[in-house]
Amino acid sequence: MSAAAIELREVNKSFGKTQIINGVSLAIERGERHAIIGPNGAGKSTLFNLISGRYEPSSGSILLNGEDVTGLKPFQINRKGLSRSFQITNIFHNLSVYENIRCGALWGSGHKYSFWHRVGGLHQVRHRAEEVMERIGLAPRRNMSAGTLSYAEQRALEIGITIAGGANVILLDEPTAGMSRTETAHAVELIRQVTEGRTLVMVEHDMGVVFDLADRISVLVYGEVIASGPPPDIRANAQVKEAYLGALHGENNSA
Amino acid sequence: MANLRMPPVNLGRWLLWGSTALLFIVAPLVFTQGFALTMMTQMGAFIIFALSYNMLLGQGGMLSFGHAVYSGLGAYFAVHALNMIGKGTLAFPVMLLPLVGGSAGLVFGVLFGYVTTRKAGTTFAMISLGIGELVHACVLMFPRFFGGEGGISTNRVVGHPFLGLTFGPAIQVYYLVAFWCFACMIAMFALTQTPLGRMANAVRDNPERAEFVGYDTQKVRFLQLVLAGFFAGISGALSCINFEIVTDENVSALRSGGVLLATFIGGTGFFFGPIIGSVVFIFFVVALSGFTQAWLLYLGLFFLAMVLYAPGGIASLLMMQLPVIRAGRFRRLLVPYLLALAAGLVAFAGLIGVVEMVYRISDASLDSQMSLFGVGFDAKSPQPWIAFALLLAAGLVALRLAAGHVGERWGAIHNELQGSEP
Repeated sequence: MSAAAIELREVNKSFGKTQIINGVSLAIERGERHAIIGPNGAGKSTLFNLISGRYEPSSGSILLNGEDVTGLKPFQINRKGLSRSFQITNIFHNLSVYENIRCGALWGSGHKYSFWHRVGGLHQVRHRAEEVMERIGLAPRRNMSAGTLSYAEQRALEIGITIAGGANVILLDEPTAGMSRTETAHAVELIRQVTEGRTLVMVEHDMGVVFDLADRISVLVYGEVIASGPPPDIRANAQVKEAYLGALHGENNSA
Repeated sequence: MANLRMPPVNLGRWLLWGSTALLFIVAPLVFTQGFALTMMTQMGAFIIFALSYNMLLGQGGMLSFGHAVYSGLGAYFAVHALNMIGKGTLAFPVMLLPLVGGSAGLVFGVLFGYVTTRKAGTTFAMISLGIGELVHACVLMFPRFFGGEGGISTNRVVGHPFLGLTFGPAIQVYYLVAFWCFACMIAMFALTQTPLGRMANAVRDNPERAEFVGYDTQKVRFLQLVLAGFFAGISGALSCINFEIVTDENVSALRSGGVLLATFIGGTGFFFGPIIGSVVFIFFVVALSGFTQAWLLYLGLFFLAMVLYAPGGIASLLMMQLPVIRAGRFRRLLVPYLLALAAGLVAFAGLIGVVEMVYRISDASLDSQMSLFGVGFDAKSPQPWIAFALLLAAGLVALRLAAGHVGERWGAIHNELQGSEP
């Protein structure tokens, strides 16, 4: 059996005395669409930040395609084939849509820090950027500056930048946050398309999206994975119902 | 849509570069006075300096307070090379001396950039200021190489004339500077079109995201700074050839501040911004300093006005007019613009009067009898004070009204243009 796309071994993360991630062990197989759910403050985003190199774990190790990437910088992890999006839109605001996507595709083209190639002459990069732009439906907006796009368009661009580099492991942090119902349906379709043949890990609050897309679901509560399995198992899991859905009910009642 | 290709030859761009080259060639034929030639030569060298500075500020988002370090050290190495050529210990064409300065700028860019570019933002600004002070202090501490306060002087008419060029006459120096300026302009523009240049923009906009698409932001900043150091060094060598002396002023904070001022006035958001800024700045420095002692004050006020009212610089003011001109509606703005200009000139005249009188009476060695705009008066009598103060006040009020008028027209045209889009 080939190595898992992502494997976490006893990962801990604490900020000062506050333990955010508490001994998480998790293996996500290649080609799997994996959703991480859990109540607010469970540590989902922190988990993403650990996997993508934004934070370094306090202890434990993280493997990407069987290779230890613990403590590497975000750009090093990205070069090893992992790309992520952000919950709060994180794009290049003053660059055009096209340039945003091109930035995502540039490193993968192998031209790195070159200052002797004309970027407009790099056919591979241009093709890739055009292709991604078509896919995320932003081709008509190609020359608009990213900061002037609508919210839903910025979210699509966020995904576009993430997938442009051709990484085989994609992390999406709440890709449908703040979207309307139709926009969400559109986004789900987009995510399904662009992650075809890749490994997808996503944090998502919309249970419709989660059960629609995910092959497997992990439930994170207070920094611990309390359950991990296919959607029907998770739906039936009593512990999950109690901890997660109970918390949700609590939230709903208090709201 | 996906099959849409850029035309193979960008005609507009060729036209622009072509006319720039032409401007360089014919400028000394139009402005024939020696004074104008000196000024244009300085402009050429400063354009390279300001463009290299904008590789940091505008393109890479690095606010440097010590950019003169690279041009200044480039100038010092160039002056020693020139003196060695003079003594016959080095065989090197004077024409290529800028490469010596450029190499020095590059090497020091590697050395200092390694320290400064580790962090962006305020930290970068502070470290660049520190290195600027450090280098300035070192220049005064090691007089054997740097010549102390007196600096190092040289003679540019050395070596064998190449194609009859001795670089003795000012016109030859002008064309040397013009050649290098044009070449550097093209090179620096080309750099903006490379992967590094584009990623410098990305790192400026959002360093965090750049890290998550595979780029080490520190390395992007470092390479950008090293290249900027190279071009700054070229400009330093050209000023060494032009002035035939290099002093500690070449690496001073004053010069670092000057290039920041010029670049900002011109506009950091567009490639050609610093070119305009350099022309304006050198005009202030060279032309105005001949007329009035208060030139630095006028420059400061001008800078202040730009920062407050046009933070995008002159370049962005010009570019804002483009869509209006394209839509053929510029004529409707012409009258409000002219009114604003007239009001501005009245206010400026009042300001000049007040400032010059202050200078006149603050310097005890000068006679209080003076003349401005062809009118003679005594700076110690109250009438001119009242007159100029009234002029200034009236000008400011009129400027305010005119600006409102411009804003109204501008808004109306803008709305129409937005409405006409599909």
